Amino acid sequence: MNIPFMSMRKIVAMFSIAMVLVSLGSLAVKGLQFGLDFTGGTLIEVQYGEAPALDDVRALLAEQDYTDVTVQNFGSPTDVVVRMGNAFTPTLGDEVLSTLRDNGNVSVELMRSEFVGGQVGEELREQGGLGMLLALAIVMIYVAVRFQFKFSVASVVALAHDVIITLGIFSLFDFEFDLTVLAALLAVIGYSLNDTIVVCDRIRENFRIMRDTTPTELINESINQTLGRTIITSMTTLFVLLVLFFFGGESIHNFSLALLVGIIIGTYSSIFVAANLLLAQNISREDLIPAPKEELEDEMP
Amino acid sequence: MLNKYPLWKYLLILLVIACGVIYALPNLYPDDPALQLSTQKTTTVVDQRTLATAEQALEDAGIELKQAEMTPAGGTLRFHSGEDQLAAKPVIAAALGENYVVALNLVPTTPEWLSSIGAGPAKLGLDLRGGVHFLLEVDTPAALKQRLDVAASEMKTALRSERIRYRSVEVEDGVLSVRFLQAEDQAAASEVLEDQFSEYLYSTREEGGEYFVDVRFTEAARNEVEAYALQQNLTTLRNRVNELGVAEPLVQRQGSNRIVVELPGVQDTASAKRIIGATANLEFRLEAGMDANAGDTETLTFRDGSGRTARLERDVIITGDSVADANSSFDENGRPQVNISLDGRGGSQMARVTRTSVGRNMAVVFIEHKSRSRFVEDENGELVEERRSYSERGIISLATIQTTLGNSFRITGLDSPRESSELALLLRAGALAAPIYFVEERTIGPSLGAENIRLGVLSAQIGLLIVMAFMLVYYKVFGIFANVSLALNIVLLMACMSLLSATLTLPGIAGIVLTMGMAVDANVLIFSRIREELKAGLPSQQAIHSGFNRAFTTILDANITTLLVAVILFAVGTGPVKGFAVTLSLGILTSMFTAIVVTRAQINLVYGGRKNKRLFI
Repeated sequence: MNIPFMSMRKIVAMFSIAMVLVSLGSLAVKGLQFGLDFTGGTLIEVQYGEAPALDDVRALLAEQDYTDVTVQNFGSPTDVVVRMGNAFTPTLGDEVLSTLRDNGNVSVELMRSEFVGGQVGEELREQGGLGMLLALAIVMIYVAVRFQFKFSVASVVALAHDVIITLGIFSLFDFEFDLTVLAALLAVIGYSLNDTIVVCDRIRENFRIMRDTTPTELINESINQTLGRTIITSMTTLFVLLVLFFFGGESIHNFSLALLVGIIIGTYSSIFVAANLLLAQNISREDLIPAPKEELEDEMP
Repeated sequence: MLNKYPLWKYLLILLVIACGVIYALPNLYPDDPALQLSTQKTTTVVDQRTLATAEQALEDAGIELKQAEMTPAGGTLRFHSGEDQLAAKPVIAAALGENYVVALNLVPTTPEWLSSIGAGPAKLGLDLRGGVHFLLEVDTPAALKQRLDVAASEMKTALRSERIRYRSVEVEDGVLSVRFLQAEDQAAASEVLEDQFSEYLYSTREEGGEYFVDVRFTEAARNEVEAYALQQNLTTLRNRVNELGVAEPLVQRQGSNRIVVELPGVQDTASAKRIIGATANLEFRLEAGMDANAGDTETLTFRDGSGRTARLERDVIITGDSVADANSSFDENGRPQVNISLDGRGGSQMARVTRTSVGRNMAVVFIEHKSRSRFVEDENGELVEERRSYSERGIISLATIQTTLGNSFRITGLDSPRESSELALLLRAGALAAPIYFVEERTIGPSLGAENIRLGVLSAQIGLLIVMAFMLVYYKVFGIFANVSLALNIVLLMACMSLLSATLTLPGIAGIVLTMGMAVDANVLIFSRIREELKAGLPSQQAIHSGFNRAFTTILDANITTLLVAVILFAVGTGPVKGFAVTLSLGILTSMFTAIVVTRAQINLVYGGRKNKRLFI
């Protein structure tokens, strides 16, 4: 089996660029739906004995003069999440719980409550962004040392491509972006890099053993050789992620979603994007096989 | 010979696996819900008699006890269920009285032979166990202001004793300004102060015909004050948390001015928060005489809401910091009171002042530092949090000094038994050096914790089954090898978690599940290489050999880069996310061992050193 991946490279490149542009556009216009971790605020998750009417819950909270409140179901009709904006005190969680309980002695159990101060949220956002950049920088250095600079550019651009598109999808579909999603994004960087390195490794190896092929043919051959492995590994990983998505519970729902999206894109990018970028940089045999060192003349007579 | 391991290699692998199994084993034994008995006092101990009292109380209340035992930290009572545990807590607390602390805990049921070699289950994070997480910020500007206030009164005394006339001393925005009418006074004062208080920076200015000396902290002094405030608050918070009676609490510094407090198992967040965040302190002051200078007195109201006021001297005899021990009880009329014993210095100071003031009134002043935050728009139209701290002072009692007071006495005039016992607790645990406020709080109910464990374990099981089935179908016999390695990988990963006493969180479990999917990658790489070599016409032994060799560098490169990312994740992540980074990086390391070494060992055992017509791959 030999699929001519590289002859599709122009179309694929256009597709990738379009996806990145759409993502960036959505990030610029809509932004991300930041979760409590990053915005600050209060969240209370409670479990009712019987499924309540959300409108009643809203009315009850509005009576107490709480503003900027959203009430939603969380996973099941008996689980309710109450979110509140910034301008509240840390004791709010307990007050809301007693408000919900008092009304007609409903049985309400506290599942979790979270309060995050505005400043902490901001710091977490900065720290997260910084971590992401740091991860890309370290990867770039490692690949440049272990492989070669052109490989390092190709893999880092491929990674940035994955991260931007995953972020774009979260922005476009209004999925909530919280700390666990950030963790998932870093894991996507790790995973997608893993994939890209396997392909790059094969390309490097083939440059050493296949003497009379053009770079395009050679890269195409390398991708085909690693294709089986790429697909099998992606499949096993996707299996377990689907399991996490469906059985892991609401708390890690967005986390597994981000990994699912990221790993599908990561697999695509390790096949199409990284290799494409190598060709775009005119990768050649000379880049990988160092020119023979000149013998040093002994300076002493 | 190709594909033969020497005997020692097999033995080594077996040894590693055996260790892995032993250290992972404790995780299979579920924890018992338990109550932990301990004491904060030197005068009381937890012994067999204490346990017997507790057991008797439980029997009377009809709660079944699983086991009672003595531990180095005190006593442990194990129960069959969480409901029994919750029901037993108030029963035992009432039976043992105030001198003992009764805490909810989960106790491992690791068999003795396992715990004797240091094996124990992995620690569970708050999201799996339930509990509270607080992030507190120390109000360092307030600490600096407090220090300047103290300096202000010291400087006044110094100026007075040098007979230098000043108009006023004010502290504002981190600057202490002394105001003079004469330039000579300013110059003399500047010299005296610089000489006596060298830890400050001095500058002089003239404004509207008046002369000022401005005093500021040096950089070093400022850092020292901030560090001290944080350190002091950490100590105080540890004491308070110990008084709360929480098993395995965590009180830890984070960054330059934050403190993390984690209380596993605590459900009553409101009271935990009240006690942790309380900044109450006491001051003992004399009532001002009729002839007292107005600048040296201050009028405070009573806390009982009667609206009465009293004029007190500004000078403080002692504060709550001099209290060595305090406990609450009731006076002869059944009103709550707090019995206080002072430390040596506080006691002699109190004796010295009261000896000369018999017949005068002494007030006990209750101080609470509070902060109010509100959101205001800044110049960019963004909402920013503005925090103002203020102190509330109120008199709780004003009584005539009958005789010289010594080391111990009692104070009355408190509102309720709750107030008296909380005040006693706060006095025992010490005051906070600077006000703190909550910047983050997370509470996870116990049922959510249990649900998270159930879901996590369920997804791990399903994930494992699917991956194993897939590998078996795709790689046949070699799939069995990979599956054995995968199972061992999870055992080793759990063993590492236990050995490093790393904390397992829900994202951590997700990390384990993800590792399952990714751990087979190394085997997939090797097997597809072997298939390629077979297709290229190599004999089976050669194919196995070169498949492993050629896949090795790829596996190494791919895993090292993933590991680098996981380490970054560990560095930037907090709480549950850190747990994910831990399982992910440990999983990468253990999977390299199992996928390369253990798989190879199995293949060598089955296929190595003999002629094989066909490999089932």
